[in-house]
Amino acid sequence: MKSGTLKNITSKRLFLPLFCLALVLLVNVITTPDFFAISVRDGVLYGYMIDIINRASELVILAIGMTLVVSASAGTDISVGAIMAVSAAVCCSVLTGGERAATELVAPLFAGFGAAILVGIIIGCFNGFLVARLNIQPMVATLIMFTAGRGIAQLITDGQITYVRVDSYKLLGSSFPGFPVPTPFIVAVFMVAITALILKRTALGMYIQSVGINRRASRLIGIKSVFIIFLTYAYCGLCSGMAGLIASSRIYSADANNIGLNMELDAILAVAIGGNSLGGGKFSLAGSVIGAYTIQALTTTLYAMHVSSDQVPVYKAVVVVIIVALQSPGFARWKKSLAKKKGSMQLEGKEAA
Amino acid sequence: MKKRFVSIALMMAMSASMIACSSNADAPADTTAAGTEAAADTEGEAGEETGEKELITVGYAQVGAESDWRTANTESFKSTFTEENGYKLIFDDAQQKQENQIKAIRSFIQQDVDYIVVAPVVETGWETVLEEAKEAGIPVILSDRQMQVSDDSLYECWVGGNFIKEGETCGNWLADYLEAQGRGEEDINIVTIQGTIGASAQIGRTEGFGNILEQHSNWHMLDMQSGDFTQAKGQEVMESFLKSYDDIDVVVCENDNSAFGAIDAIKAAGKTCGPDGDIIVVGFDSVKAAFESMIAGDMNATFECNPLHGPRVAEIIQKLEAGEEVEKIQYVDESYFDTSMDLETILETRAY
Repeated sequence: MKSGTLKNITSKRLFLPLFCLALVLLVNVITTPDFFAISVRDGVLYGYMIDIINRASELVILAIGMTLVVSASAGTDISVGAIMAVSAAVCCSVLTGGERAATELVAPLFAGFGAAILVGIIIGCFNGFLVARLNIQPMVATLIMFTAGRGIAQLITDGQITYVRVDSYKLLGSSFPGFPVPTPFIVAVFMVAITALILKRTALGMYIQSVGINRRASRLIGIKSVFIIFLTYAYCGLCSGMAGLIASSRIYSADANNIGLNMELDAILAVAIGGNSLGGGKFSLAGSVIGAYTIQALTTTLYAMHVSSDQVPVYKAVVVVIIVALQSPGFARWKKSLAKKKGSMQLEGKEAA
Repeated sequence: MKKRFVSIALMMAMSASMIACSSNADAPADTTAAGTEAAADTEGEAGEETGEKELITVGYAQVGAESDWRTANTESFKSTFTEENGYKLIFDDAQQKQENQIKAIRSFIQQDVDYIVVAPVVETGWETVLEEAKEAGIPVILSDRQMQVSDDSLYECWVGGNFIKEGETCGNWLADYLEAQGRGEEDINIVTIQGTIGASAQIGRTEGFGNILEQHSNWHMLDMQSGDFTQAKGQEVMESFLKSYDDIDVVVCENDNSAFGAIDAIKAAGKTCGPDGDIIVVGFDSVKAAFESMIAGDMNATFECNPLHGPRVAEIIQKLEAGEEVEKIQYVDESYFDTSMDLETILETRAY
């Protein structure tokens, strides 16, 4: 009976991603005992765990968009980091009125935010058009923006860091006065909730999965495959724009060279760690979100363990290899055959008795 | 299976065509450069005919325009090598590509310039083109970054900043500052937010500060982590430092941008920094925003990485013209700025 419930839990889809996250966090119990301590400082929650949920926000938002893109088109959008840079550049340039630094807003905040999100969506639509309409391989199609995006951002900001030194602009990346939870976390929760709601309350989630499993069959039963794929890329663009805003607000500036740098790889990794197949089809949004938090938990853990900076990539690689291997079909088969062997051995034992 | 092969082939073809596209995009820039150069040549000849003093032609193969620092470096050359000063500058922007720089050097050789100045994108792979320049009898001067060549007679000399010295200057400044505050004998806890691991600025500055650290037994380096020279990473690393160590006295940030991030993290943790605060924050590079930060009372000092190589290169060229020997390695003068100075006046007169 007991082993039955255990089996029930371990066979759940989200078990492995959660297990990996727990594993990464558990290392800290031994190495950094006060890792889980959370206190309130200056009216804001303070602690390593808060760092993780705060710093992972951009990645969580990117992972949402990436999950849908992967599911519908069986390909990845590698331009998300570049879109972040463009949206940050647009937002800061609108707010400073084209100057390289400003201590007062030229345009209202929502105008800057709106423009940034809009630019994200437009680039997403461009990617979607190339992939869905023109049938270009997703990686090739988004490679265009991957290469061009930072150039565009550089052009917008004249290749220099644009500062918006206004307290109200910093709120998105820090926290509202008198409210203890960091704003990026709230935005991430909001994005996840909205997306989950849309996918669950409408048939969109099912459409995306069916297009991902078999595009032609979906079209034959009346789903507009092209439109669904287009939509996922546009949504991914929106998510990237949002992530770019948060990243920019954190440093109250637009750094075209560095905002979102290599984030596309982390976003893809988050989707994979979440137990989603990069071959498209069925997906789990929760899995990707857990994946994103796992990646940030790993980074923060390595900081807390004082691993010297030239060794950090090695540790990261080792952990990622273990996590991905744990979830691989090969490992699952091996586990199954092991269980079978054990079962037959038990049977033999009984017979002998 | 077949389908997959086709798609891979397609992808490769696409990326190949993209590469081709990008090199095409470079081509017009080159031709325009060549155009202006040709125009410059004819002008030069016209000058000779009328019996004016002959200009010294200098070709400068610049890396690109990736940062404020680089832009200031380019400006320094353009304002030094003017016709009034007796020079003709042929400027080439390599857009961070070595092949563009090699192309530029070859075109300088063809135009028979008097001197070639190169700020190499990478350290290796220069032998062939430098030999071509040597055969043509054109002296080559390196600026900013060094080259690894088997025979160092291939270039005349190197001009640039000394990252190790910058780190040492920082350490000495800190010692003086602590002494002035009467904390010379106190135990001082230091953390370092390093640059991108492996970058020459990171290696040099870490080593230089380390040299001074060794001389002070009461200084303790608690931790070093890479902030990748960015504000966002600097903030993240400092957040973590503040949680691990209760009593940090000094933060050494290997560039100004990561110092800005560290300052944000310190403030978010409810601590104070700067001359009147709990934690001393120092940075490197001396960018404009660092002056603003010091004026606001957040940062203590910044150590210069001087981009104004133009005058020093001009000095070397004058020496070579006079037939004098020049030293192989030449450092540019670098200073530092702290909150005891009249920063607002300095900021107004600063070129970068």
